[in-house]
Amino acid sequence: MDEALDLVYRSERGRVLARLIAVVKDFDLAEDAVQDAFVAAAGAWAVSGIPTNPAGWLVTTARRKAVDRLRRSASAERRHRAWGELAIAWDAWETPGPIEDDRLRLIFTCCHPALSIDAQVALTLRSLGGLTTDEVARAFLVSETTLAQRIVRAKRKIRQAAIPYRVPSSEEFAERLGAVLAVVYLIFNAGYLASSGDELVRVDLCDEGVRLAGLLVELLPDEPEPLGLAALVHFQDSRRVARIDDEGQPLTLEEQDRGRWDAGQVAAGGELLARARRLDRPGPYQLKAAIAAVHAGARSADLTDWATIVRLYDNLLQWEPTPVVQLNRAVAVAMAQGPATGLALLDEPTLAGVLVDYHLYHSTRADLLRRDGRAREAAAAYQRARRQTNNIAEHSFLDRRLKELAESAETAPYGG
Amino acid sequence: MRYMLIIHNDPELHPVPGDPAWDELMAGYADFSKELASHGRPFIGDPLNGPETATTVRVRNGETLTVDGPFAETKEWMSGFYIIECDDLDQALAAAAMVPSAKYGSVEVRPVAEM
Repeated sequence: MDEALDLVYRSERGRVLARLIAVVKDFDLAEDAVQDAFVAAAGAWAVSGIPTNPAGWLVTTARRKAVDRLRRSASAERRHRAWGELAIAWDAWETPGPIEDDRLRLIFTCCHPALSIDAQVALTLRSLGGLTTDEVARAFLVSETTLAQRIVRAKRKIRQAAIPYRVPSSEEFAERLGAVLAVVYLIFNAGYLASSGDELVRVDLCDEGVRLAGLLVELLPDEPEPLGLAALVHFQDSRRVARIDDEGQPLTLEEQDRGRWDAGQVAAGGELLARARRLDRPGPYQLKAAIAAVHAGARSADLTDWATIVRLYDNLLQWEPTPVVQLNRAVAVAMAQGPATGLALLDEPTLAGVLVDYHLYHSTRADLLRRDGRAREAAAAYQRARRQTNNIAEHSFLDRRLKELAESAETAPYGG
Repeated sequence: MRYMLIIHNDPELHPVPGDPAWDELMAGYADFSKELASHGRPFIGDPLNGPETATTVRVRNGETLTVDGPFAETKEWMSGFYIIECDDLDQALAAAAMVPSAKYGSVEVRPVAEM
């Protein structure tokens, strides 16, 4: 029973909470009432079994619990409000069949740009994810108290500043959807790129990212960018096992054993990307997914279609003219046309100036110098990258490269 | 819901009378007032004179202390305000983006605490 209830909690809590907020128009009250409803479910379902429509049962119960809470609340102001809300609750009283899906409104409220990005992430994970506060706190390496305060402050701002509970109007929609996608991708990457924290929590965050991207696809089936994001996280997640070696060190795409890439995830990514393409409205997540798809389709690193990847980066630059995209494009150019061509792009003064303090700029440059046979300059660039990051996994990767360079210098007469 | 739009400007970046941009700015403010009025909801708003005209008052132990100057010396200073009625924050943010000085300085949006 506990396990079954846990499953319902993880799969239905977001939907039930979203509906309750719509009914009682108060984030905190809705959360408390949903919690009450799950406690009630633990007792009632142990006797009668899980109802056929658990979400409907939970919404009805939570609504009653909300009214109870309002009746009990001490302040006259709140009691007065309670009557208004009682009427709303009565109006919306139990309708059989599936409950209205308010999760899209909830996502847009949680990812409102008037909230800090940290608060957006915490609220989204807490409201629509299946993780507990403790799990979210551990994943982001903050104390449970800090995270709880972050969420309390965000909910207070939602109430006091009247951040709306609705899907934005058509003129705001594209920009606000971008913010939602960014939060979901950030959640995924927090799990994917983390170098500290325990393994289990990181996997949880990746799973949540994949699940939330899937939820966006479910809620916005005719929007291509959520499909692009969902495809992208599937492609990346397919390399989850292969990207770490036995000692827990990250491996580059080139070094990974492609046989260990999860074929099911790659296929799922491919289907999602194909669906996005049929909608014929390109965007940055679709382009990133398309790049990931080229890698996924290459049987070995040597067989990668770098020319296509360069073309996709050219397109991506139209959407995201950022130095980091330029950096990645330069790598693709180096692979397609040789390291010297890529290096020329990296050494272009404007780009070099912007990225001078970015360790990946120096390690990328070092890599191209190494491929170009300029071992001494490569070593200097690896050293520079090493000074600019505190990440232990990055350090051990850079140390490995430096060691390789030193060894090849001993054996190759022309090295350096 | 009422919101206060607090306009902050860096006087070095903001147009002054005589600049070609000044006339455009004033026309922008006239349009903005018309836009607010068209919604039929009460609003107030005015520009403020510069911080060199400010006087700050504090009462401590029943004694009134009056000093020349603004509450805080900052590079950007409050140069005007509106108080407008909106359904929610999104409407208030949309209004803030239409304040002509938003192009030069910034507009802080604060909900009025309803007592």
